[in-house]
Amino acid sequence: MPGVDSTFESTLGSAGDGAPAVEIDGLVKRYGGTTAVDGLTLTCARGAVTAILGPNGAGKTSTIEICEGFRRPDGGTVRVLGLDPADPALRPRLGIMPQTGGVPPAARAGEWLRVVSRFYAHPLDPDALLGVLGLTGHTRTPYRRLSGGQQQRLSLAAAVIGRPELVFLDEPTAGLDPQARHACWDLVAALRAAGVSVVLTTHQMDEAEKLSDHVVVIDHGRVVAEGTPASLTGAERQLRFRARPGLDLEELLAALPPGSAAKESPSGHYIIEGQVGPQLLATVTAWCATEGVTTEDLRIERRTLEDVFLELTGRELR
Amino acid sequence: MSTIATLDLTPRPGAAPLHRMVLAQAGAEIRAMLRNGEQLLLTMIIPVLLLVGFSTAPLVDIGGGARVDFVAPGILALAVMSTAFTGQAIATGFERRYGVLKRLGATPLSRAGLLLAKTVAVVAVEALQVVVIVAVALALGWSPHGDPLWAVPLLLLGTAAFSGLGLLMAGTLRAEATLAGANLVYLVLLGLGGVLFPLDRFPAGVQHVLGLLPISALTSGLRTVLSDGGGFPGGALLVLLCWTVAALALAARTFRWE
Repeated sequence: MPGVDSTFESTLGSAGDGAPAVEIDGLVKRYGGTTAVDGLTLTCARGAVTAILGPNGAGKTSTIEICEGFRRPDGGTVRVLGLDPADPALRPRLGIMPQTGGVPPAARAGEWLRVVSRFYAHPLDPDALLGVLGLTGHTRTPYRRLSGGQQQRLSLAAAVIGRPELVFLDEPTAGLDPQARHACWDLVAALRAAGVSVVLTTHQMDEAEKLSDHVVVIDHGRVVAEGTPASLTGAERQLRFRARPGLDLEELLAALPPGSAAKESPSGHYIIEGQVGPQLLATVTAWCATEGVTTEDLRIERRTLEDVFLELTGRELR
Repeated sequence: MSTIATLDLTPRPGAAPLHRMVLAQAGAEIRAMLRNGEQLLLTMIIPVLLLVGFSTAPLVDIGGGARVDFVAPGILALAVMSTAFTGQAIATGFERRYGVLKRLGATPLSRAGLLLAKTVAVVAVEALQVVVIVAVALALGWSPHGDPLWAVPLLLLGTAAFSGLGLLMAGTLRAEATLAGANLVYLVLLGLGGVLFPLDRFPAGVQHVLGLLPISALTSGLRTVLSDGGGFPGGALLVLLCWTVAALALAARTFRWE
C-alpha cells in the first residue's frame, strides 16, 4: 500500500510526470452482450478542460469510470497521469465526482467533507470551500435533506478538497439551478487557471462551449468528432429568424443565390445557410416584406455546438 | 462569504498518514452508529432491557445461583453480536447500495484502511456497551467470579468472528436482504445461543450442534471466565477462531464493493 505509512507527495519527476492527463487507446468495455465502449481512443491534455459529450448510453460514464479505476477495461489501454488507473499511487492525485451518490444519507454535509479532507496531506479548508459553493448554511444538514443541487455541490467540493492534479466530473451540473451552475463553472475555470486538469461529461452544450479547451463527442462507444469548440462549430454562418409557421421555402430559395439552403426546424424557426452576407440578408428581408412576413429574432451566427452534436449523433431519442 | 479567489487550488496532492485517515473514518462511523436510533435500540436498549428483565423476574429457570450472574455474560455476548454483526452488516450493506464504499475507494483511504476504521469503530462502541452493561449488572447485584481479563480475548475474537459474518452478508446480499437477514439471525441466535436460555434445556444432540454456534461459544466462554471462575477458555476461543477464519476468508473472496 504505497502512501499509507508516510505522507505521499507527488513532486516533479514523480512517476508519469509529463504524460497527458488521460491517454486512452482502443478502449473496449462490454457488459454481457452489450458493447458500451467500442475501440475508443482519446487524449486529454494536462492543465486543460476536456468535455466529453454524447447521448445517453454513448459510453461516457463507462469511459470515465475506467479512468477512475472503478472498472477494468476489456480491451485497449488507459493511462491516467501516465499510470495504470488501478495504481493506488493515483488516488491522492485524482479528484472524482460521481454522477450520483457516494455520501451516506445521514451524514452531515460539513462533517462529511471534513472527514474526506482528513484523507489528504494538504487539503483545502472545508469551511471555505463550502462557502464558495454556497453551502455555509447547510453544514449541519444531513445529506438526504439537501436539495439535489446542494448534493451535487457537496460532491463537487469533495472532488477538489484534496488539491488534486486531475479532476473527473461526471455531469457536474445536472439538476443545478442557474446560480449553482455558474458557481460550478467558476470553480472549473478557477481549477483550470490553477493548472488542474479537468475531464467532465455533460449534456449541456453551452457548458462544453464555455468551459472547455477540447471537446470530444462520443457515440456508440467511439469518438465521432473532437477539437476545440470553435473548430467543431466551424466558420460557417447561418441566418436564423422566427416567423409564422409554414412559409413557402421553395419560393424563398428561388430568390436566393444558388447553393443556399433553407429549412424550418422546429416549426416557426427558420435557418438559411449558404453565402451568408449582406446580400443574402437583404434578399431575405425583401422577400419577407413582399410576403408580408414579420420576422422576430433575426440574426446571423455560427452553428452552435448543439447543431453539430445533433448532426453527429442524430435526432432519435435514446 | 468566501470567494473563489481565496482558495488555493494549485495542485498539491498527497495522502494523509494512515492513522489520521483511519481515525477520521472511524470517528465518522462511530457518530453514525450513535446517532442511528434503530442501531441504538439494537446495541444498547434491547440488551439493557433484557438484562434488567431476565435478572429481576423469574422468566427462565437457570438452575440455581443469582439470576444476574447467569444473564450478564450472555448480555455481553449479545452486545458484541449486535454491534459487530447486525449493526455492521446493515450499515455496510447500505453503504454499498448508496455507493459510499465505491466513493471511498477513490480517496487515498485504502480498503484495508477502511476495514481497520470499521473495526476501530465497532470496538469503541462495544467498549461503551460493556461499560453500560457492566454498570447496570453491578447495580443489579452481579458479582463476577474469576479473572475478567480472560473476557478480553473472548470479546475481541467474538468481534472478529461476527464482523466477518456481517461483512460476508453485507458484501453479497442486497441491502434490504441484509437488513432482514441480519435481524433474523440476531433473533435466532438470541434464542438458540444460550444468551438467556441455558443450552442444557435442549435435547443432548441439538445441544452439541448449538454449542458450536459463535454466539454459544462466546456466551459459554464468558460465563466460564466471569461466573464460574474458570481460567483459559480454550474451547470457546477455538470455536470462535474457526468462525473468524472461515467468515473472513469467505468475505474476502466474495465481497462486492458496489
